[in-house]
Amino acid sequence: MFYNEEFETLPRPALEALQLKRLQTMVARVYARVPFYKSALDKVGIKPAQITSLADLQKLPFTYKQDMRNSYPYGLFAAPMEEIVRIHASSGTTGKPTVVGYTQKDIDTWAELMARSFVAAGVHKGDIIHNSYGYGLFTGGLGAHYGAERLGASVIPMSGGNTKKQIMIMKDFGSTVLTCTPSYSLYMAEAAREEGVDFQSLSLRVGIFGAEPWSDSMRQEIEGKLNLSAIDIYGLSEIMGPGVAIECLEAKQGLHIWEDHFIPEIIDPDSGALLPAGTKGELVITTITKEGIPLIRYRTRDITSLTYEPCKCGRTHARIARMSGRSDDMLIIRGVNVFPSQIEAILMGIEGVEPHYLLIVDRKENLDILEVQVEVDERLFSDEVKHLQALSQRIEKEIKDLLGVTCKVRLVEPKTIARSEGKATRVIDNRKVQ
Amino acid sequence: MKVEQISIFIENKSGRLAEITRVLGEAGVNIRALSLADTSDFGILRLIVNDCEKANAVLKEKGFTVNKTEVVAVEVPDRPGGLSQILQALDRENINVEYMYAFVERCGENAVIIFRFDETDRAIKALQKNSFNVLKGERLYSM
Repeated sequence: MFYNEEFETLPRPALEALQLKRLQTMVARVYARVPFYKSALDKVGIKPAQITSLADLQKLPFTYKQDMRNSYPYGLFAAPMEEIVRIHASSGTTGKPTVVGYTQKDIDTWAELMARSFVAAGVHKGDIIHNSYGYGLFTGGLGAHYGAERLGASVIPMSGGNTKKQIMIMKDFGSTVLTCTPSYSLYMAEAAREEGVDFQSLSLRVGIFGAEPWSDSMRQEIEGKLNLSAIDIYGLSEIMGPGVAIECLEAKQGLHIWEDHFIPEIIDPDSGALLPAGTKGELVITTITKEGIPLIRYRTRDITSLTYEPCKCGRTHARIARMSGRSDDMLIIRGVNVFPSQIEAILMGIEGVEPHYLLIVDRKENLDILEVQVEVDERLFSDEVKHLQALSQRIEKEIKDLLGVTCKVRLVEPKTIARSEGKATRVIDNRKVQ
Repeated sequence: MKVEQISIFIENKSGRLAEITRVLGEAGVNIRALSLADTSDFGILRLIVNDCEKANAVLKEKGFTVNKTEVVAVEVPDRPGGLSQILQALDRENINVEYMYAFVERCGENAVIIFRFDETDRAIKALQKNSFNVLKGERLYSM
């Protein structure tokens, strides 16, 4: 089943001709409207008119998350504010978020691509979509919501949290599709068991899970416990939000990336060199139809590979393998992006805290757990338990307030966190993601 | 009238107490009294020793986080109700006890209570006013 059969099954030559035309239009647009891109292209001596083949894309410079931060909040927008109808943001390393803006056309495209993604996952009109992605600055909730409405399915705008109520509604409203992070789905399964609700008795058929990396073994666990077919979805706010790529129900072998709107490349994260199909590297995406904030060769930092092999579902769009990691030190904890440098900045703001810390991430009872180990030196130490506990709680609260992630602070003896000559080990990630 | 106590931060992992007592033993430091406050993650070991300076130095050298704190030692007859009398007096004076621990003197006639107050000087005055025997540090170190 397709949502937009013509475009989803466009023969590759036609698809590539469309990509080139759209790439040319987009590059001309940002060259004329975004000073950052004008100077970036001038620096490498390329004029928009010199883009005459898709291979010319390689001549264009990369865009990094840092470029978005440097342009905070609206510097990279290629449309005037009069045309921007929505603003979203995701967390950044300095505490300042990365801001994205959408024109009405961008919102329409996003809704269509999300509707296509739903259909690829086997969702159709008449389905009741229980949307537990967070609504707000995060793109997950509203992205899935608009796609569901575009498809004509019934959407329940649950957002995250209040798990007991989620279970009750899922049961009473007869939800057939669940959208949330994979770890939250397993948390719901536990909560349902405690409430005496059996997932086997619910109407759920499909779960669409994303916003954090997850493995095939976790998929099996989710499918077993929630009695549904679990589909992996990919997206990031910088590029659009959820619905950039999705697995098809027929194959579940890689995620189709909607190539009539995005051009994917895989590069060596160190040299920047383009890698051939099938080779693992960093995913780079160029948006070719966006108006609000088009990006040229955006470095996603996600590690994957690309295949152009025909898929049995009939879609001609390339597939990316399920994410196998990151090329930077960003952690995704319960769907929230966290950089160790953000935690470092918070610790350094507390008098007496040494810059020696260690983040330990684990997954317990299907929830991501973050432990922050902090060394206690003489300036922090008190002979009274309550003072040390207050210190832990203060750090926990500041991290929660600034980053939106719950953590457990553990005070440790000085010099117990390993020092290293070069890059210190700041993170131990014990979660099992293949 | 104040007594020096040293406190040591210890992580909740095996062998830490053994390491501290080994370091002190090798330095010839004798422990007079101790108490251990523990939470699920860490503990605070509080010690009264015969040589506070030396204990502080050798532990710091081994990388431990050590603090010196002033506490108050009070002698009470080792019989039922002895501690209660002190606490009632402190309560009347509205003095808050942060923590306390006790040991019995070697001759066995008296007990010594170690108190940590947030207002140490006011607490000492109140105790003396109520005729309790507040011990000098030297007396305790050499017990």
